[in-house]
Amino acid sequence: MIIYLLCFVLFGIGLHAVVNKKNLIKIVVGVAIMEYSMNLLLVLIGYRMGGVAPIIDRETVAGEFVRLSVDPLPQAMVLTSIVIGLGVISLMVSVCIRLYEKYGTFDITKIKELRG
Amino acid sequence: MLELYVLLGLMILGAIIAVETRELLSSIISIGAVGFILCVAFLRLHAPDIAITQLVVEVAVLIVLIRATIGRDTAITSGRGEFRSIALLTGLVAVIVFFAAMGLRCAPPFGEPLLTVSGTYLETGLEKTGAANIVSSVLLDFRAYDTLGEVTVLFASVAGALLFLRKKGKKTENG
Repeated sequence: MIIYLLCFVLFGIGLHAVVNKKNLIKIVVGVAIMEYSMNLLLVLIGYRMGGVAPIIDRETVAGEFVRLSVDPLPQAMVLTSIVIGLGVISLMVSVCIRLYEKYGTFDITKIKELRG
Repeated sequence: MLELYVLLGLMILGAIIAVETRELLSSIISIGAVGFILCVAFLRLHAPDIAITQLVVEVAVLIVLIRATIGRDTAITSGRGEFRSIALLTGLVAVIVFFAAMGLRCAPPFGEPLLTVSGTYLETGLEKTGAANIVSSVLLDFRAYDTLGEVTVLFASVAGALLFLRKKGKKTENG
């Protein structure tokens, strides 16, 4: 259970960056940290103590494999989530680049002052 | 078990450095370190497919972020006003801790997965799909529509990024 809570600590660090930081790139970094923590939490929930990877090889007995393997479903979904995270981060960074071209700064307080 | 705690502690340390350092480039390098440690943690959790994907995606994220910051003013003008919204942060943390406690009470204990749906995948995955790797048989056969949606989202994000970064059609100063 403590390891789940450590994941939430990591999530809190990312949230702190998103809410409190003034630099746009720091905000993107905070979103990335939150994404990492949630991916890790989902994989941890599917982990089996002393299990094996969900890959069948020649030595595997058919009935044994269900009681040995880790959960493959969170792994497949997290794989999707990681790739979508790449798309989200690249979209955010392209918005940041565009804002920098318009305002000449990454500081969100200065961007707010220069509105219009 | 102990090495998982060590890896998570290193990730938290790297995340704190990434958030609190003043140089943008070192912040990005720290987030890269966090991602690579996450890759090692996935390997330890018997998830080789995710570890490979995480490695590739992490390199791509690093390239994108470095491209965004290099040659721009990377010095941060922080200092006063940093904690302007500490009440908001406290409220958010309270909400998250409340719902996390509620959710984790229903979660299975660590090391014993439920395997309600995925037990079927593990039992019949090989004969139904012919793939020895159950993760790829779930991804490409049992839940192929999810993968189709993933590709759609990826295409939409690439189209959006191209739209934001295009030079043609941009309004200039004198129209």
